[in-house]
Amino acid sequence: MVHMNRWVSIREKIVKNTLTVFALSSLLFLFLIFIFILIEGLPLFLKVGLKNIIFGFKWAPTKGYFGIFPMIISSFLVTFGALIIGAPLGLSCAIYLAEYSGKRLKMILKPALELLAGIPSVVYGFLGVIYIVPIVREYLGGSGFSLISTSIVLGIMILPTIISISFDSIMSVPRSYREGSYAMGATKWQTIFKVVLPAARSGILASFILGMGRAIGETMAVIMIAGNALKIPTNITDPLRTLTGNIALELAYATGDHRLGLFSTGIVLLIIIMALNYLANFGIKRRI
Amino acid sequence: MDVKIKIDNLRVYFEKNEILKGIKINIAKNMITGFMGPAGSGKSTLISIINRMIDFEDNVKIEGRVLIDDINILDKEINPVSLRRRIGTVFAVPIPLQRSIFENIAYGPRLKGINDKIELFKIVSDSLKKAFLWDEVKDRLDMSATKLSGGQQQRLCLARTLVLKPEIILLDEPCSGLDPISTAKIEEALSELKKEYTIVLVSNNTKQIARISDYSAFFYLGELIEYGTTEKVFTNPSQKKTEDYISGKFG
Ligand SMILES: Nc1ncnc2c1ncn2[C@@H]1O[C@H](COP(=O)(O)OP(=O)(O)O)[C@@H](O)[C@H]1O
Ligand SMILES: [Mg+2]
Repeated sequence: MVHMNRWVSIREKIVKNTLTVFALSSLLFLFLIFIFILIEGLPLFLKVGLKNIIFGFKWAPTKGYFGIFPMIISSFLVTFGALIIGAPLGLSCAIYLAEYSGKRLKMILKPALELLAGIPSVVYGFLGVIYIVPIVREYLGGSGFSLISTSIVLGIMILPTIISISFDSIMSVPRSYREGSYAMGATKWQTIFKVVLPAARSGILASFILGMGRAIGETMAVIMIAGNALKIPTNITDPLRTLTGNIALELAYATGDHRLGLFSTGIVLLIIIMALNYLANFGIKRRI
Repeated sequence: MDVKIKIDNLRVYFEKNEILKGIKINIAKNMITGFMGPAGSGKSTLISIINRMIDFEDNVKIEGRVLIDDINILDKEINPVSLRRRIGTVFAVPIPLQRSIFENIAYGPRLKGINDKIELFKIVSDSLKKAFLWDEVKDRLDMSATKLSGGQQQRLCLARTLVLKPEIILLDEPCSGLDPISTAKIEEALSELKKEYTIVLVSNNTKQIARISDYSAFFYLGELIEYGTTEKVFTNPSQKKTEDYISGKFG
């Protein structure tokens, strides 16, 4: 008995220590990425000035202009555009799935959604170029490579995120909440609207924010559809370039300060995404 | 007696299991009828038939009739939502909405389209008084209802039911989680309320049934074993099972 106990406790220690090492090393990678980007990107901020980068309108890195303001605006525009399209669609879908669909339909639709999330973004971009860009060109004018086309494609891409997190938070509203409402003579829709959705509010909000995080970080589909012009769009049919697009398009040939400028773009992107994640976590925590 | 609810040969099946086995019972108007019996005897199922909450269960089969004022409420024509506005239900665990005390009670009237501030205040305060809760909350109607004590929350749920002016109030073990003082307050409220309402009280506490109900029913494994005036059931039961249950030999 004594021997076995000792062996068990040694084994427990080994498992624990191994897991600790793995856990710490993944944290370390994250930390290294962060440090690396900061080391590469920060010097340019010091050299050119924070204001000239973040609020600069002109991006001509080989001539010493590193203004990424139009790209920041463009990133936010496509993100909000995606949200305007994805949020109502995704939330309706989550409500339908959670409250109206039968068990069998749920069992088919949930995996289908997960599949949707697994489609590579280049496929979304490809479909966007083939179907959405021509339709926009036809009916709204312009080249079709535009804010609206990008928003539509991103709106569809963030659907799985919004649906699955909203669905989970709607499902986690206790059955007794609904029963209390029904017992007071509420209809199904009144119960959903006045009891279930308010109770699931923070999870739904978190799903929107995580969807935004996905949209603002999306690269491949965006460079295929956005048109990548270096100005702030004034119309939904104007082309635009996002922060992610900027990095992906130029990294291959950028050298010297140009290369550093792309790292600065990366820092700004990283900060925006971290802020969104923080907001989403904040929302989720408040629910618990 | 003046019959409010007439249950006629009611059989309920979940999947293949017969949960209620041909229940026949007449429930008197403006009286308190107590339902007692060990866990699993079908009391809650019977309650959920009367308020049609059973509609939310899958794989249920119902046979027989439940007449309220001579209308069969199991009929397809009956709209369960309007039925539930005539039948209030208080559950074992009080679940206030995550809103203020006032809004919890105003919820039902608002659903019916009443939005006038003064009218709402009047009906909210009326039902809080009837539920014996008014004195404890009148100065803090804006406070979140979830901050009330368990006993207060249960009376809030009673008030929330009363505000709809139902004809029937169903209470499914309303005092099971409450301290004796809160229990006494609920009992006091119920004894007062029976003048206006038909009340069905499910309780696993036989003493409570004996204290406040006018008629008592004893259920066992889906059957109605004994039914009569509370006095008769508790002093001179006709079935051995009833006597054993009341005297605490099983349950
Ligand atoms: N949704 C359900 N599905 C299947 N069986 C159920 C369901 N609800 C209750 N039952 C069964 O019906 C019987 C009666 O339950 P219930 O009406 O809750 O009894 P009581 O309220 O007297 O304790 C129990 O055997 C229980 O397991
Ligand atoms: Mg029960």
